[in-house]
Amino acid sequence: MRNAFADEVTKLGKEDPRLVLLSGDIGNKLFDGFKEHAEARFFNCGVAEANMMSVASGMALCGLRPIIYTITPFTTTRCLEQIRVDACYHKAPVIIVGTGAGLSYAELGPTHHSLEDMAILRTLPEMTVLAPCDQTELRLLLRAALELDGPAYMRIGKKGEPTIHATPPELRIGKAITVREGNDVCLISTGNIMPEVLKAAELLAAQGVSARVESFHTVKPLDETRLAEVFAAYSVVAVVEEHSRLGGLGGSIAEWRVRQGGARARMLSFGAADVFMHEVGSQEYARRKFGLTAENIAAQVRAAAHAA
Amino acid sequence: MALDAQKLDLLGLQRLSREIRARIIENSHKTQTPHLGSCLSCVDILVAAYFHTLRLDPVKPRDPDRDRFILSKGHGAPALFQVLALRGFYPVSMLETYGEDGGLFAEHPPTPTHLAGIEAATGSLGHGMPMGLGMALAGRIQGRGYNVVALLSDGECNEGAIWESAMLAAAQRVERLCVVVDFNKWQATGRSCEVMALDPLVDKWRAFGWNACEVDGHDMAALTRLLSALPDGSGKPVAVIAHTVKGKGVSFMEDDNNWHYRIPKAEEVAAAKKELGVV
Repeated sequence: MRNAFADEVTKLGKEDPRLVLLSGDIGNKLFDGFKEHAEARFFNCGVAEANMMSVASGMALCGLRPIIYTITPFTTTRCLEQIRVDACYHKAPVIIVGTGAGLSYAELGPTHHSLEDMAILRTLPEMTVLAPCDQTELRLLLRAALELDGPAYMRIGKKGEPTIHATPPELRIGKAITVREGNDVCLISTGNIMPEVLKAAELLAAQGVSARVESFHTVKPLDETRLAEVFAAYSVVAVVEEHSRLGGLGGSIAEWRVRQGGARARMLSFGAADVFMHEVGSQEYARRKFGLTAENIAAQVRAAAHAA
Repeated sequence: MALDAQKLDLLGLQRLSREIRARIIENSHKTQTPHLGSCLSCVDILVAAYFHTLRLDPVKPRDPDRDRFILSKGHGAPALFQVLALRGFYPVSMLETYGEDGGLFAEHPPTPTHLAGIEAATGSLGHGMPMGLGMALAGRIQGRGYNVVALLSDGECNEGAIWESAMLAAAQRVERLCVVVDFNKWQATGRSCEVMALDPLVDKWRAFGWNACEVDGHDMAALTRLLSALPDGSGKPVAVIAHTVKGKGVSFMEDDNNWHYRIPKAEEVAAAKKELGVV
C-alpha cells in the first residue's frame, strides 16, 4: 500500500500545486518521484512529529493541502494534541497518513503497533477516519480526501497486500462498498484485514453459509444507511478490524446500535485484545494470537448463524 | 473607534500602550479573569507590531498577502483582544461581551473563522510558533512576501515543540519568520530560569541556527526598529529576546507573580489607572 500511496501522491502532486508532502524522516527513496516534480513542496520534517503536525496545519490555513506521512503511532498518538488543536479545532484540511497500521509492523514490537489510532482519532470533532482495504481504495480515498474542507486520517498497511478491487469501484467517503454479495450473514471489514475476511467468506460458503462482505473504508462518518440495511437484513453481522476491539469500527457500530434502539441482528466483533504483545512475532502470528484469521472468523460466524 | 495605524509617532504609540494596559486591567476586574501580569508584559510588543509594523488591513482580514501575527502565548488573549479592536478588526463595543456565556471572547483566542484578526487559536503552549512556521513556508511556496511574527512566553520555551520548530525553521532558512520571546522572567508558578534551565536564552536560539538578539521589550523605538527590519538579510529566522517586566506599567503589579492569577479590586483598578495616567 505504501508504494501505491507514493505513486498516487506523486501523480496528485503534479496535478495540484496546493499539495505539499511532509515526511517524518522516513520514505525518502519512496518519494523521489514526488521530489523530482515538486521539490519545493516536499519537506522532511525530521523526527519531530508534533512540530510537523502544527506546520502542516499552518500551511493548510494558508490554502495549501498538506499530506503528512510517517509510521502510524508517530503520526497519531505521538502528536495527538497537535491533531486535536491545530488540525481539528481549526478545521484545517490536513491529510494524516499512518503507514504500517494495525499489526503491519508486528515484528517491530508494540512501540510500532497501532491498535488504538482509529478509536482515539474518531473522537475528535471535524476528523474523518479512513482505512482502505487495498491500493485501489487507497488511491480513491486519497483523491476524495483532498476534496474535504477539514482534516482526515488515513491508516494504511505496508507493502505487498493483495488488490481486492480488480477495477476501481465508485467510491465516496462515508459510503461503504459491497465487495461480495451473500444471503445468510454479513461481514463488515475495514482496512487491511479484508483478504482474511474474504477468505472467511469462502470458508463459510464451503460450509453452506452465504456471506455478504462490506468494505467500510470510512470509519467516520459511519455509513449508517448501510448499517441499518444490513442489521435489518441479516441475523448475524460480524465486524472485523486489525485494531483493538475497543473503540474502533466495532465500537462505533455498537454505539450506533444503542442509538437505534433495536437493530435485530446478532453482532460479533473481531479485533485485537486489550493487551500489549510482549512476545515477538510476524503479522501472521499476531493475527492468529488475536483470532484475526479466516478460520476463526468463519467458525465463530457459523456458530452464531446456527444459534440465530 | 479604530485608530489609524502607521500614523502614530513614538509618543502616540506609548500613549496607546498605557491606554491598552488600563483597558486590560479594567477588563480583568470586570470579568474576573486572570493572566494580568502576562498581558501587561507584552503590550508594548503588540502595539509596536499592530500599530507600526505589520502590513494588515482590518477591512480585509483574510488578505492572502497580509503579515501574520500569532499570539503563541495564548493566555495573553485579553491584551490581543483590546489591540485588535482598537486596530479596527471589530468594534470596541464587542469587547463588552468578554467572558459572557455564548460569546466569542474566552480567556484564549478563538479560531480565525470565528474572530477577525486572529491567525491561530492558541492557549495550549508550543502550538502557535510551529503553525507560524507552516504559514511562513506556505508563503514561500506560494511566492508571497508576507512576514510571520510569533509572540512566545518564556514559560512556553519549556515546550519541546518550540525547539523542534526552531530546528526545522533554521534548516529551511525561513527568513520571513520572527519569534519574539516575552521574557518576563516568570512562568505560572516560579522564576522561568529556575523551573527549567532557560538561560542563556539568546544563546540557545543562536545555537539552534537563528539570528537572535536581545532588546528591552518596553522600548518602543527599539521594538519598531527590529520588527520593521524583516527579513533582516541574515538568511536565518529571527529571534528577538525581549526583556520585559511582568505586570509592567503598574508599580504594585510589576515583577510580582501573584498577578499571574490574581484579579484586581476596584480600588486597585483606580490606582493602576492613575499610575498609567489614564482617566
